[in-house]
Amino acid sequence: MSDTTINPASSAAVVAAPAQPGQSTPYKKVDLRSDRPTWCPGCGDYTVLDTYFRLCERRQIPREKIVTVSGIGCSSRFPYFVQAHGVHFIHGRAVAFASGLSLSRPDLHVVVFSGDGDAYSIGGNHLEHAARKNIHMTLVVMDNMVYGLTKKQTSPTSPMGFKSKTDPTGSIDIPTNPMQKLLAAGATFVARTSHSNPQHMLQVMERAMDHRGFSVIECLSECVEFHPGAFDAANPRKGGQFTIIEEKKNDGTPEDEKRHDPSDEAAAYKLASLPFPGVFGVFYDVKEPAKNDREQQLIDNARAATGGAAPLACLQKTFARLK
Amino acid sequence: MSNMSDSNGGSAATTNMVPIKDAVIRIAGNSQDGIQTVGELLARFSGRSAQEVMSYMTIPATISGGPSIYQVRIGSGEVLTVGDEVDVLVAFYQHSYDKHLGVLRKGGVLIYDTDHVEPNLDDKRFTYVGVPMTALTIEAIGGKGHDKGKNMFLLGLLARMFDLDTLKLEAMLKAWGAKREAGTMEATFNAFRAGYGFDIGRMGQNFRFIPNERRSGRPLVVMAGNQAMAYGLIAAGVRFGAAYPITPSSQIMEILRTELPKYGGIFLQAEDEIAAVCAAIGASYGGRVAVTSTSGPGLALKTEGIGWAVMAEIPLVVIDVQRGGPSTGLPTKMEQSDLNIAIFGGHGDCPRIVLAPTDVEDAFYSSIEAVDLARKYSCPVIILSDQAIGFRVEAFEEPELDKIVREMPIDFTPRGAEFKPYEDTPDGIPHHPAPGTPIANHNYPILTGLEHNEAGHPGEDPRFHTMMTAKRRRKLQKLAETLPTPKVLGPAHGDTLLVSWGSAYGPSREAAEKSTADGQPLSVLCIRYLNPLPPGLDEIFNRFKRILVVENNDSGLYGYGQLAALLRSRYCNPRIGSINKTDGLSFKVSEILEAVRAQTR
Repeated sequence: MSDTTINPASSAAVVAAPAQPGQSTPYKKVDLRSDRPTWCPGCGDYTVLDTYFRLCERRQIPREKIVTVSGIGCSSRFPYFVQAHGVHFIHGRAVAFASGLSLSRPDLHVVVFSGDGDAYSIGGNHLEHAARKNIHMTLVVMDNMVYGLTKKQTSPTSPMGFKSKTDPTGSIDIPTNPMQKLLAAGATFVARTSHSNPQHMLQVMERAMDHRGFSVIECLSECVEFHPGAFDAANPRKGGQFTIIEEKKNDGTPEDEKRHDPSDEAAAYKLASLPFPGVFGVFYDVKEPAKNDREQQLIDNARAATGGAAPLACLQKTFARLK
Repeated sequence: MSNMSDSNGGSAATTNMVPIKDAVIRIAGNSQDGIQTVGELLARFSGRSAQEVMSYMTIPATISGGPSIYQVRIGSGEVLTVGDEVDVLVAFYQHSYDKHLGVLRKGGVLIYDTDHVEPNLDDKRFTYVGVPMTALTIEAIGGKGHDKGKNMFLLGLLARMFDLDTLKLEAMLKAWGAKREAGTMEATFNAFRAGYGFDIGRMGQNFRFIPNERRSGRPLVVMAGNQAMAYGLIAAGVRFGAAYPITPSSQIMEILRTELPKYGGIFLQAEDEIAAVCAAIGASYGGRVAVTSTSGPGLALKTEGIGWAVMAEIPLVVIDVQRGGPSTGLPTKMEQSDLNIAIFGGHGDCPRIVLAPTDVEDAFYSSIEAVDLARKYSCPVIILSDQAIGFRVEAFEEPELDKIVREMPIDFTPRGAEFKPYEDTPDGIPHHPAPGTPIANHNYPILTGLEHNEAGHPGEDPRFHTMMTAKRRRKLQKLAETLPTPKVLGPAHGDTLLVSWGSAYGPSREAAEKSTADGQPLSVLCIRYLNPLPPGLDEIFNRFKRILVVENNDSGLYGYGQLAALLRSRYCNPRIGSINKTDGLSFKVSEILEAVRAQTR
């Protein structure tokens, strides 16, 4: 994540780097384990947690620099299970919290774990605006197509006909299409993976972490208790099909013509419109300055205009105008 | 204001200046007439001339157009209110005359635009100064036949009438117009000079302010309450804020958005009020107290976020520039009806600090204090300002910035293996390590809205909830012990004590002073810290037969305003009564005195 480092001189005003008491020794994923997860046996969320551990281990992200943020829901118990700074916030607002944290502390690695209800329903507005503003963070939405923590109510991604405690005769509402929603919101990195393919999940997570700006992963994560079998159609072990997007290699071969160009929004939208189980991988990936960088530019310009004046001198100047 | 001569045309010579201590001028017109500009220039100019000043304005809630006023009170002594009556009324239109003549005191001066207003000259209570302002402005600016610029004509006219230093004033106009087009500035000066050159002749008198005996040699700064608050936050070291546009607090976010980058900070215009408070909490968690500013409807939306900050014990400053409520209510009018939501808003037992500044100067210092309190007690602090304080312009002594301006360092002190984020200490105050802080044994804290044990882990054991609820409450009890007991102004014992908070304090104090001067002793006390309350109030209350709480909110189902009800429940004192008002305007001194008379009869 070297491209996330910012000019230390200009960021000094935003954050003073902590004194490092000696570089920590390399850690293993087992070191990141904290509380014993309280998810049901067989829950897809275990795979996401384990993949996150593998990712941190591979990258050796300084542990004190990782902040795991979540909202409310089964997925949002996540921070308790990670030995790193963490925040268990209120329902739907983890992305808003993470926005403030990421903008004010550009030295941190802010990773948000959310669910379909938390991200697409109660937190839908925040998702949309963090995406459009390209605020630097990685969001993993663990989509189980049901409200699990509250014990089986219809969620925004529950398919029509899904029988829940709030729709005993089957859901009558058209579900959200997360991929279309994320693309339309203007996210600069949008990917899709599933609990049933941990290796694929790791690859996608690594690319999301490397992305500068707002990166989001829609991750199917089965609720074995309240929506079992929901993702069988995407699971080869259950007779389904896990189709991975073939990305352009720009090798000039005729096959390459048919491959997906992740910078092509219309093509990404087409992939997003495929019926379930659809395809997996990186739908969309473009380089745009993160809001964090644009804000830093504002700061640099303003500091240059004041000649880098200290806060006291700056404020004195303003007050002189008000006399 | 009664210093202004009551005589009608006694001395008409313009060279003959009547000395005055204090003048209240109301300019009434339409919102697009640039009335606010004249008012603000007058206010700033008065401050620069070491006069005390306070202003008041109304703007229509519509987007453009509609009647608008700007009232400015300029005094050689301490100015506590903007004045019940006005000495000089400027009427641009007939509707301005019709609507505002009622506030012109007997013997006052009516300046009116003869092109638009036909006053009843038979009413001999007033001095009439009729000026063809529209025609003369068009003549002065020349050409296009529109009257934009008559505000500057008026400024010239007032400068002449009040013997203001035109050289200084023109220098100020130049600075004000520095970013405007040259042609506009030329027109501005032409209109200003035409106004200054207009001889009111025998129609009225000219006045001169007697020099102010200044308390210290420090110069005055002139600004609105919203400005003062924004600069106070910057002085306190705040480097992150988030808000959503809302009247009447948007000016705070506009200033912070413009100013913070100069200080290396960021201001986020959030997608909604909820995101704003949550982003501010996120930044506060990052290690530096952050701010979100709003008005009543926004505070309602932020309550869940504030509850999290209380539970997780994260510092936060929330500014509520109150307006009339509930719901959309009166967006451009003042009210003090958010006290309950500020103190009690949200679910659960949710203690937080609430303080209320009384004027513009206090708004500056309160925002600094709020930041310090949030840091020290690691909890949210709500500042209750209101539309009157937020919008009005006042002059106050330039703060000693070199002693005030501070940085807010992030606490990265490494923590030992024994570190517990929510340790049940005697004072209950946590010291959260900012993310980035190394923790021995990698026992990193998880901050959570779930009830938790000392290590921060959620648990079902009900003992934790009892312990932690008490811990969060105990912090504020510790704070209460350190708060100063408010001082009683006026007799320390007696018949009636006025108690007030926020912007109701100015008129309450003026009422008490007036009543005492008129031979009917009346004491007054201001409560700045509303939650927790300062110690010693009960003892003060016991020295008076009657305690009347003056506040701009409803007397409620049981006859008591929001603070009055709180004080009654806190002190079980049946002698606490209530003076309330809900017309969206600040109290007039006369209204308070009448209410006191009615209740003491």
